[in-house]
Amino acid sequence: MSTHRVPGKGRVDPGRTVRFSFDGRPYAGLAGDTLASALLASGVHLLGRSFKYHRPRGILTASALDPGCTVQVGDEPNVRAAGRQVSEGMDVRPQNVWPSLAHDVGSANRLVGRFLTAGFYYKTFIKPQRLWPTYERVLGTFAPGGRVSGTSKPGYYDQRYAHPDVVVAGSGPAGLGAALSAAETGAQVLLVEEEYDLGGSLRWGGAAELAQLLALRAAVDAAPTIEMLRNSVVAGRYDDNWISILQRGLPHVEERLIKARAKVLVVAPGLIERPYVFAGNDLPGVMLGTAVRRLINLYAVRPGTRAVVLSANPEGDAAVADLQRAGVEIAAVLDARRGEDLRRAVGGTGVKAAELADGRRIDCDLVVTSIGWTAATSLLNMAGDRPWYDASAARFRPSDDLPPGVLATGGLVGDGSTDELLAHGRAVGAAAAARAGFGQAEVPGPLAVRMHPALFRASTHGIIDYSEDVSSKDILAAAAEGYDSSELVKRYTTATMGPSQGKLETVNTVAVLAEATGKRIDELGTTVWRPPYAPISLGALAGRIHEPVRHSPMQSWHEAYGAVPLVAGAWIRPDHYGDPQAEARNVREGVGIIDVTPLGKLDLRGPDVSKLLNLVYVNRWSKLEVGSVRYGVMCAEDGVVMDDGVTGRLDAQRYLMSTTSSGAAAVWEHLEGWLQTEHPDWQVHINPLTTYYASINVAGPRSRELLARVTEGVDLSPEAFPYMRVRTGRIAGVDECLMWRIGFTGELSYELHVPASYGLHVWNALLERGADLAAAAFGVEAQRILRLEKGHLIVAQDTDGLTKAYEAGLGSLVKLDKDDFVGRPELVWQQELGEARRLVSLQPVDGSVVPPEASQIVRENTILGRITSSRRSPTLGRSICLGIVDVSVAEPGSMLTVLLPDGRRIQAAVQPQLAHVDPEGGRLRV
Amino acid sequence: MLLIRCPYCDQDRPELEFAYAGQAHIARPADPSALTDEDWKDFLFVRSNARGPHAERWRHVHGCARFFNAVRDTVSDRFLATYKAGEPRPSDAELGR
Repeated sequence: MSTHRVPGKGRVDPGRTVRFSFDGRPYAGLAGDTLASALLASGVHLLGRSFKYHRPRGILTASALDPGCTVQVGDEPNVRAAGRQVSEGMDVRPQNVWPSLAHDVGSANRLVGRFLTAGFYYKTFIKPQRLWPTYERVLGTFAPGGRVSGTSKPGYYDQRYAHPDVVVAGSGPAGLGAALSAAETGAQVLLVEEEYDLGGSLRWGGAAELAQLLALRAAVDAAPTIEMLRNSVVAGRYDDNWISILQRGLPHVEERLIKARAKVLVVAPGLIERPYVFAGNDLPGVMLGTAVRRLINLYAVRPGTRAVVLSANPEGDAAVADLQRAGVEIAAVLDARRGEDLRRAVGGTGVKAAELADGRRIDCDLVVTSIGWTAATSLLNMAGDRPWYDASAARFRPSDDLPPGVLATGGLVGDGSTDELLAHGRAVGAAAAARAGFGQAEVPGPLAVRMHPALFRASTHGIIDYSEDVSSKDILAAAAEGYDSSELVKRYTTATMGPSQGKLETVNTVAVLAEATGKRIDELGTTVWRPPYAPISLGALAGRIHEPVRHSPMQSWHEAYGAVPLVAGAWIRPDHYGDPQAEARNVREGVGIIDVTPLGKLDLRGPDVSKLLNLVYVNRWSKLEVGSVRYGVMCAEDGVVMDDGVTGRLDAQRYLMSTTSSGAAAVWEHLEGWLQTEHPDWQVHINPLTTYYASINVAGPRSRELLARVTEGVDLSPEAFPYMRVRTGRIAGVDECLMWRIGFTGELSYELHVPASYGLHVWNALLERGADLAAAAFGVEAQRILRLEKGHLIVAQDTDGLTKAYEAGLGSLVKLDKDDFVGRPELVWQQELGEARRLVSLQPVDGSVVPPEASQIVRENTILGRITSSRRSPTLGRSICLGIVDVSVAEPGSMLTVLLPDGRRIQAAVQPQLAHVDPEGGRLRV
Repeated sequence: MLLIRCPYCDQDRPELEFAYAGQAHIARPADPSALTDEDWKDFLFVRSNARGPHAERWRHVHGCARFFNAVRDTVSDRFLATYKAGEPRPSDAELGR
């Protein structure tokens, strides 16, 4: 065993050695060690270098908060070495060092440190502005922190929702008491402990505390309604007790984020020991009293050989006793309660001596301070409480201004013996359970608060914020420059803004600011603690990918036949199967089928459906006959085109409305809004059926011939089933299939809506029976080519959030003589004003150039419009476009200039009508 | 994340299930063509920006899908009341103010 171990102490297992490497060299720790304790046990005091000045750093708190030993473990940066247990084979590297930990070039910063004062970055690198990129590059090489690997495999993160009655944050004596008494009432309790084991300060206490802890742990183990989460932390408390908990140390997943909706939150994080500000206070070998007690009693590590201790409280005295038991020579104990004080710690990369306020210099390798406490009020802050400064106790305390679902206990609210803390916790736990609906209990009064001398800074200056390298001198300088409030000093000096987030340094910052400004600490107040309480990895926040993906029932076929996927909102659709131009030609010449399942489909039933249609569509609906379909355009109340689609009347009181694929949800919401809020008296029931049906469009001159081979019970002759009609029948043996004769592609075509579970069956039947007709699938790209040839607009592609119905060429549909409809007042106004822009068809003079969509249409340097859609037309063998242009140049025959993204300007002519192919519509009416 | 009481489901459900749908109690004029441009503009675009209680329309979109109304305090972000569509806005006394 290493000579730095204390035999018979600690919670580590001397029989189990764990091997790891640090800075490229092999080390061994014991099972239960943290990285920091294992290194200290091996005699390594220098664990890293500081953020700005690259000062040598070691263990300060020996807890997860420890700012002095942030390391890289494998490809995980910024691991807190004193909060992470060591495991076999860990590759641990120090951070902020170059080229090496022992000989660091950046530490030259210390020599110029007096120039790197508060606001240094703000002041120095602001001018001249043109040099900022250079500054940024140079500063970037000194950027603190570890390195993120761009190549390592992303870990698997998990999320969980929980609905406990009571969440207890912290498992010291008060937290354990609260959990136990709440559980005794039958309440479900989630007990969350940041460290690897329950017990809080009992863990590093004496034999009596340990005996008590064992009994409490046994009781928690036996309580059936307590769920324990160790190595986990309550990171935030949000509205209505929405609580985020980060759970670590799980098998198979990196971390888990628990989102808990608790009826009551009991906050019991205890007290955080506050560092003392004096020269050399960040040297490796300067530690807090709780740090040495942890090192000795938890990890059996002797933190030094000869110690000087400054104590202001019984816990400091206990640290002296622990040091003596561990065989550390006590060179001096300074009792701050009698006015004794330190002046500085002296050393290079570790403590060599301590200078006392009385001028003595004592050789030592360990300086321990126990000078006060900070109440971890963060979670209470998040619940709305603003802490107040209690000068007699020298710490901020909660104001008790809390919502009913939040209670506090333990060191946060006062001091006491273990039994007193336990009893208070039990009483609060019972009250928490009562508020959650279990039993009857009142919230107990607060714990007594012990007087404590106010010690913040010695006669010398030292580090206040260890993570950000901010010294007490920086605070004085900032105050002298006029940054004289807590919030301003924080932002100007960055004190409290580093990884410790104020838990160690906030009160010292405010105290030194008070000293500088002559104000009292309670006048200055503290900064507000916001979530998260502890760092959360981005992986845990991102969690698993829950984004739903929608596929049609024909997806397996698309994949088998090499479809190139197109992501369209939540849908994955086949863009094409290799050659969209050939797919489009096949539709014009023979027959093709396309999967249009994502089309929105709403089943509308009831006697008042036609009233609803008349209200939401700009065109007329009252005379739609059973068996007919009609194209409709929907405007919002501001007259902007919102959606379009075809609606068919299947029965006297039954309609099927189709919407654009992307607009399905918005249209449903729109219709429900009108029905529920303005017209609750109308009898209409809406049922969204988008995925109930698989939808297939069969298009091309031979589509009737193909369909006739698979259809039963429907006369497909043009006389019996003309354009814009709907029929119901049996397709490929499947009953209740809907067939709409419509034509987005400009060809004779039928849109089939078949029950989704038969989608693939019907799809295959069409291809098999149409083999001799060269029936083939076509994708979204071919459909876009075909509709562009036909001049059909796509809402939200050829229109935008400002496009009015008249501008989109839909004016002939708008029936202003209808009594009223959504958007009518604006459309009346639009008609009076006339259009400013118009949707037109364009053909570039050079038909080989396809101007990219969104290319600008210009005159000199004035923008007159833009290309909204463009493709090469396989039918015409040239490029074709839709564009929206200023009305002054929208007349047929106008020659426009299109500015391509590469800077070329090409000429394009406005066409006489929107359709490039078959403007008379003869092909779709056959 | 807030809990919101759906007056139809009669349950407190997480905010995630709901969608905000604008200011409440703004009825569409029965005959918009009879309105002056000024009145139509007020109906279409002008909304209050209350500091304090504000009546709002919400939809329990991932629940019962019903629209309902709520009074929310915009200062504290607390829901003071939720009630079914068609019911009048509760008075300040009823809201305990």
